[in-house]
Amino acid sequence: MKNNLYNYILGIADNSLILGQRLGQLCGHGPSLETDIACTNISLDLFGQVRSYFQYAAKIAGDQRTEDDIAMLRKERDYKNVLLVEQPNTNFAFTIGRQFLFDVYHLAFLTELQNSNDFTLSVIAKKCVKEVSYHLRFSSDWVKRLGNGTSVSKEKMQEAISDLWTYTDELFYQTNADKEMVFEGVGVDVTKLKNNYYSHINKILLEATLEIPESKWFQTGGKEGIHTEHLGYLLSDLQYMQRTYPNMEW
Amino acid sequence: MSEEQIKNLEAQFNARIERDEKIEPKDWMPEKYRKTHIRQMSQHAHSEIVGMLPEGNWITRAPSLRRKVALLAKVQDEAGHGLYLYSATETLGISREEMYEQLHTGKAKYSSIFNYPTLTWADMGAIGWLVDGAAIINQVPLCNTSYGPYARAMIRVCKEESFHQRQGFEIMMKLAKGTPEQKDLAQDALNRWWWPSLMMLGPKDEESIHTEQSMKWKLKRKSNDDLRQQFIDQTVPQADLIGLTIPDPELKWNKERGSYDFGPINWDEFWQVVKGYGPCNKERIKARVGAWKEGEWVRDAAMAYAEKQANKNFNKAV
Repeated sequence: MKNNLYNYILGIADNSLILGQRLGQLCGHGPSLETDIACTNISLDLFGQVRSYFQYAAKIAGDQRTEDDIAMLRKERDYKNVLLVEQPNTNFAFTIGRQFLFDVYHLAFLTELQNSNDFTLSVIAKKCVKEVSYHLRFSSDWVKRLGNGTSVSKEKMQEAISDLWTYTDELFYQTNADKEMVFEGVGVDVTKLKNNYYSHINKILLEATLEIPESKWFQTGGKEGIHTEHLGYLLSDLQYMQRTYPNMEW
Repeated sequence: MSEEQIKNLEAQFNARIERDEKIEPKDWMPEKYRKTHIRQMSQHAHSEIVGMLPEGNWITRAPSLRRKVALLAKVQDEAGHGLYLYSATETLGISREEMYEQLHTGKAKYSSIFNYPTLTWADMGAIGWLVDGAAIINQVPLCNTSYGPYARAMIRVCKEESFHQRQGFEIMMKLAKGTPEQKDLAQDALNRWWWPSLMMLGPKDEESIHTEQSMKWKLKRKSNDDLRQQFIDQTVPQADLIGLTIPDPELKWNKERGSYDFGPINWDEFWQVVKGYGPCNKERIKARVGAWKEGEWVRDAAMAYAEKQANKNFNKAV
């Protein structure tokens, strides 16, 4: 139970960690000051969430590990985030598309996690739901804006959604720890979120006058530690200080 | 308007400033006042925005989650400062796009300190402690400056800057009290940022062309040299407290003056960086121009979408 809970928390937290890190790369380089502030703010929210999860995970682990050890000193294969969140900031449409496809899931997930019989997780979820509702509003508005904007923006938004689509199905994949935690009443049964997820996404894509991708081929593996080539580079930045200057306080 | 009338208006205007009244956007103001404020306020806004780059450089590599969150929040505050300052400057009849254009073409300046590179994590501490520390010394008097929108923006900016300064000092303190390797990082950062921070308070008084008029308009309350002395006197004991050495062999307490004497500043370096030949001038402008150009299609889309929405609402109403 303890090990499953620990892994379950990491699975949730790693999504926020890796997405927060991706958004952090954009700080100071946004298309406008307002979008720059918004993306940094989302990154900040996600790292705030990460801290709550990893502090809890460190407590569960009950050894010497700190939140930073857990966040920054694992090997590539030990990160459990979905492939979607590690995809690069190809352009603003990709940043928005990745955010939107994750936010719809994230909000539904946290809404359910509020009912977890694990008190700490339910409290964290209650705090995060408010933040993530805002993230979803931001990303949905931009999907609609870019879809309905100019022919250039429409093409870029469509390309982003079509390319990222292959990573959506993994959101509903369950690891053994996930299944165990659902059984214990701690975790969220993500398989039950799938239909609503796609209907919500389809509704916004229609409003954005974008085509719903038809591909039924999906990529999975992130939750089991099999990532895309992009993750290693992201981790080398994330872990740089902890690896170069081990065992120090900052 | 006759010359006589303009003189009268100017006399009334100067009297208002004397009485510490605020000048508001719709009030009459001399053209030179407007232009000087556009120059200084936009330069201030640009400094906030360009200043995001050297610190943004360490967001992905911050050593702990706590530091990462604090750094993100700090850089976000700077973007926020840029936003209020651009908005406050817009009240003087210039658009944000025009100001960006001036930044991108080199017509408008920004604080030269941001043309130095951030090489190690300790630079995040040094920037907060020294650069924000010098900025506060420059900016606190601006909370009482004569132009209302600038003064009000500065009240909020200064509160946040003072928080950043404490945060930077805390980073340095932790390093200075850490392992020998960490202490070296802190000392090296202090060595590199000390002199540029002194230069940040502006050229020496006899070379400062804007001081006299700015004093009258309360855009400046103390001369550059006075501010620099204040900064040194305030910072040296802080360095002592955490066991770091100010990289100036001539630094010495002068009992009679009640201030520190300090060694000569390399003004050639200062002018080199101001004129565009510092270590990162090109990269900083390239990053800003790049973000602006790459973002053009996004801004166009937002405008097109807003127009379509407005037409839809109009057609509904009709």
